[in-house]
Amino acid sequence: MRTSSGNAIGVNSGFDFLAALKEAGMAAGVALALSFTIIGMRTTGQQGGLGVEFRWNAVAIAVVLVFIGRFLLVLWRQRAKPLASADRDRMMDRVGAMVQHWSKYLGAALFAGAVAIPLIWSDNRYVVDVSTLVLTYIMLGWGLNIVVGLAGLLDLGYVAFYAVGAYSYALIALHFGWSFWICLPLAGILAASFGVLLGFPVLRLRGDYLAIVTLGFGEIIRIILLNWYSFTKGPDGLSGIPRPSFFGLEFTRSPDDGVTAFHEFFNIEYSSVHRVIFLYYIILALALLTNFFTLRIRKLPVGRAWEALREDEIACRSLGINPTNTKLTAFAIGAMFAGFAGSFFATRQGFISPESFNFGESAVILAIVVLGGMGSQVGVVLAAVVLIGGTELFRELALYRMLAFGILMVAIMVWRPRGLLAHREPTLLLGSATERTGGDR
Amino acid sequence: MNRPLLTVEHLTMRFGGLTAIDDVSFTARDREITAIIGPNGAGKTTVFNCMTGFYKPTVGRLTLDRGDRKFLLERLDDYQVAQRAHVGRTFQNIRLFPGMSVLENLIVAQHNRLMHASGFTVLGLFGFGGYVAAERAAIDKARYWLDRVNLTERADVNAGALPYGAQRRLEIARAMCTDPVLLCLDEPAAGLNPRESHELNELLRFVRDEHKIGLLLIEHDMSVVMGISDHIIVLDYGRKISDGSPAEVRSDPAVIRAYLGEDEDEAKSAGDRA
Repeated sequence: MRTSSGNAIGVNSGFDFLAALKEAGMAAGVALALSFTIIGMRTTGQQGGLGVEFRWNAVAIAVVLVFIGRFLLVLWRQRAKPLASADRDRMMDRVGAMVQHWSKYLGAALFAGAVAIPLIWSDNRYVVDVSTLVLTYIMLGWGLNIVVGLAGLLDLGYVAFYAVGAYSYALIALHFGWSFWICLPLAGILAASFGVLLGFPVLRLRGDYLAIVTLGFGEIIRIILLNWYSFTKGPDGLSGIPRPSFFGLEFTRSPDDGVTAFHEFFNIEYSSVHRVIFLYYIILALALLTNFFTLRIRKLPVGRAWEALREDEIACRSLGINPTNTKLTAFAIGAMFAGFAGSFFATRQGFISPESFNFGESAVILAIVVLGGMGSQVGVVLAAVVLIGGTELFRELALYRMLAFGILMVAIMVWRPRGLLAHREPTLLLGSATERTGGDR
Repeated sequence: MNRPLLTVEHLTMRFGGLTAIDDVSFTARDREITAIIGPNGAGKTTVFNCMTGFYKPTVGRLTLDRGDRKFLLERLDDYQVAQRAHVGRTFQNIRLFPGMSVLENLIVAQHNRLMHASGFTVLGLFGFGGYVAAERAAIDKARYWLDRVNLTERADVNAGALPYGAQRRLEIARAMCTDPVLLCLDEPAAGLNPRESHELNELLRFVRDEHKIGLLLIEHDMSVVMGISDHIIVLDYGRKISDGSPAEVRSDPAVIRAYLGEDEDEAKSAGDRA
């Protein structure tokens, strides 16, 4: 709401208090209109029904705070030299290009850090647990990145595949007693076939329409899990899901007869943290598998076809690329990694219920991909660390968590609409090139 | 006379009550440049879209005769026209992959061959199946066409960052990377300056003479059409009004009437057009 007249005067004579006051007054008016009902009235339980409690001083405080805040903001804006958005974009693009340039080292450093975490904090279960959670979301982000970042298919129901993976693992392991390492690929295959199942009806859809159908698909899966009691135990969830073993060595204090426990085999003191660390390394390996797969497939024809499909589907058709197969492989492979992550989730928790697979999860995973910069592998890591690690770090401020989340989203969408590290490196280069540009889309 | 490459018979395309193309028949020959011209809205692009599978014609048969095999284009899906019948095309409003590099645009065009070489991704993922050699061959082919259209220097630039004329040339190079037997160009000279459109003429002649394929082009720029076409088809209001060599078409009274208006009942005809 910056008025042009205010700007013009502000440039000439340092501060323009009148314009700032005017603007602060308007902001305070908006605050009054909003807080009148939202803050000013509060329903309270009374005998014989609901009563309304009026809190006019709270309204006054809110209005005064908004007035002062806006006033100071306007004054600060008058002083601060505005950085043209194009300059800022170019600056961030340079940062993105630099990160991409150093990504080999950055990746190695991140990898070394990830390997070292459980060794450094081996007695601190909390740190390892949070890191495991972050890695799960990094893996989900990388998986969704294939569908959204590379193929450009906006998927709002990604958590459905995560759920399919988790339930496949849990049900197979509970009914047949097969080990984690057999169930993991099975869960991946099942999730991938659900990806194809979703892919077929949405082949002709793009953009908003696709997003709505995938959103519906996510809800359908959740509702089926909730209501098919005889199969999934509905809202009660599945418990007692078997834990993975280390080459047949169990992580228990007193194993059954004929089974060797991990601590017995290595002749060390039993500690419950062993399993936590083991699980951490499993998800690290799975996440790295996702990463290497994505990096590799980007340089294969199918990966290039995904990106071409994102850029222009009609042009793809005119070049003889079968859009059906290309889209279905993207859905299937993205879903497969969600399935892997889902079975890991099931084995780590030991208990799953439809509660864990609501739309909020899809939104968080999509936020990680979009904020990190679509198609950027390092960006996904940064966004996952900030979003998931950040929410864990500020657990005491749980009330304000969603608020901070929203502010962060708005801020990034205003300043970096293409995500933090939106920089695309070509998948192959012609040696003779003399001129290079990047990220200038 | 070269053998017929594409034979269009009784092509009719209706959109609801609107007849965009009305019973058009023509032949495009191998190693010849056939131009389709006509006033705006004559149905030229619709003919292209029917040929390349983007529209399903209401009536008509489109036969592509590759010599060894024949394809009925109206029965193929859009991507199959390119994949199996090897008909390449460009678009009136350029359709490149703007966020991908120039070289990548040309590699994507060779998707189907590379897909086979990579063992449908499975083998390529592990580096088996001669994928590396196939990719090198694809890069060589891309380099050949980059040299042809003077874009080698800019191979690693994003396609969207190229100037307009270069984008036009890149789109033609990309279509040629699909190994077409018939190349359909939708207004390739639109928006080009005289020097660029002269270069375009050279490029199209080169494609016809060296690569020995047929070309079909829609064009408004008469210097291009009259300069390089072997055969011209004139459409007006969805009907074919003339068909022949450039000299024949130029002197055809029906064509002059369509472009300049009629002498006798000029007023009526002009009123119709408006």
